[in-house]
Amino acid sequence: MSSARRAYRAGPGRGTVAVAALVFLYLLFPILIVIPLSFSAGTYLSFPPPGFSLRWYENFFSRSDWVDASLLSLWIGGAVMVLATALGAPAALALVRSNFRGRNLLVAFIISPLIAPVIIVSIGIYFFYARLGLVGNPYALVIAHTCLAVPFVVINVSATLQRTFWQVTFPIIRPGVLAGALFAFISSFDELVVALFVSGSTAVTLPRRMWESIRFEIDPTIAAVSTILVVLTAAVFISAELLRQRAERLRAAILLPDPPESDVMMAPR
Amino acid sequence: MSAIATDAIRSPARLRLSHPALIVPLLLFLAAFYAYPVLAMMLRSIAEPTWTTENFRAIVDDPVVFHVLWLTFRVALIVTVACLVLGFPVAYVLARLPPATSNLLMMLVLLPFWTSILVRTYAWMVLLGRQGLINQLLLALGAIDQPLQLLNTTFAVYVAMVHILLPFMILPLYSVIRGVDANLMRAAEGLGATPFGVFRQILLPLALPGVAAGCLLVFILALGFFITPALVGGPRDLMIAVLIQQQVDLFNWPLASALAVLLLAAALIVFAVLARILGVEQALGRVQR
Repeated sequence: MSSARRAYRAGPGRGTVAVAALVFLYLLFPILIVIPLSFSAGTYLSFPPPGFSLRWYENFFSRSDWVDASLLSLWIGGAVMVLATALGAPAALALVRSNFRGRNLLVAFIISPLIAPVIIVSIGIYFFYARLGLVGNPYALVIAHTCLAVPFVVINVSATLQRTFWQVTFPIIRPGVLAGALFAFISSFDELVVALFVSGSTAVTLPRRMWESIRFEIDPTIAAVSTILVVLTAAVFISAELLRQRAERLRAAILLPDPPESDVMMAPR
Repeated sequence: MSAIATDAIRSPARLRLSHPALIVPLLLFLAAFYAYPVLAMMLRSIAEPTWTTENFRAIVDDPVVFHVLWLTFRVALIVTVACLVLGFPVAYVLARLPPATSNLLMMLVLLPFWTSILVRTYAWMVLLGRQGLINQLLLALGAIDQPLQLLNTTFAVYVAMVHILLPFMILPLYSVIRGVDANLMRAAEGLGATPFGVFRQILLPLALPGVAAGCLLVFILALGFFITPALVGGPRDLMIAVLIQQQVDLFNWPLASALAVLLLAAALIVFAVLARILGVEQALGRVQR
């Protein structure tokens, strides 16, 4: 390629690409490094791992405190997924289809749990539950997590809904609802700050148990748990992403007045 | 595909399932279990022990608390700038790649985004610890004689928070830069602009809404960060969220509430700026993608 041609390339230069590659490494490396550690034969975290073993996975699956916390988190995540979808999907339908005064304010209110600092929501709910004697009650945790998970459902459903005719809405939103439900599940399954305050000693979720492990234990069980979570998150995330793409293809195949890009463009309203 | 389409068109529109009333159950739920508790907590900051401004005066008068507020602000600012500097090249490269490649790489940005913050923070504890990978590597290379104190420092807070918040910067930048016409940049280059000139005079001004959105979003989230500073920060790196949690544990609820009100006010001000630039829904939608 002649140098004159290269001058008109107008793409990222080599330096930019190199920086971008380093940032990708920075994003991914820390998550990947936990995986080999979880198979360590050593008692402490050390590099390189002294040998291969599954002892930390065995430890995880044989200890009732870990297993109970995981099962509780799965149960709470499932319940939150159902409740958040049941409340959020109809609300998204109502919001997208109608245009009443104060609509933007309502949207802001519904989605605000995503933006409000979690610590604020957590202590608000904690004071409330403390007065009602609900600290340590798993159902109370489901309710608290649902408030935080609902925005994911509303955003996903309305993203798939915008500018489609009602007649074709149902087939189109189905993947959006599923994607929203999956994100709602993950948001509850990973949630720590509310759980720190509200779970007491009787409703210890997996993130809460992990927090204790990170603070007070130093064995690699936490690396095994982290590996399981990375794999699980990747699986759920890829499913949700495929559903989202399916939603966009469906919309493209059926009517499509607008390219899907319009959702992410900065068009002022 | 076509079967779905005909099926859907045949189905009658008599079911008015999109009625505005469908929003009511959610609103009641959020009002009872989210808005009421948060408002009651805020009220506590001025109503306890009696109607008073005592709790806020305690914040202003206590040099420790004042230091925490200042540190929180400084950390949020530095993290935001670092995210912008690191995120911009990534967003730009992603935006200029063919869609198939950029979608794949975008998954690599989104996967860490969806991985538990606890797992990501733990990963940094593993990397930065005294026996951690970075110290082992530096020792093996002979660059240092003794392990460095990396964990439980402000440095660790920065590194881990930037790692966690970067996707929030990359996503809005990416969506804006993708809309910037590459021909403009080509034209500028053809007219003799240096690469930096193209960046400063074409790309940066056109990407400004994305820069604003990303910065404000990262800044708000950084202000309220709890898990990461609590785990990787040192005893001197007390951020406001950690201080709030400590006050709750000490049963100093009115003071904790007053601190929470300050944090919320800061977040609301930043969000109002964001909403003004982008419109409410766009600003909110940004949080997820």
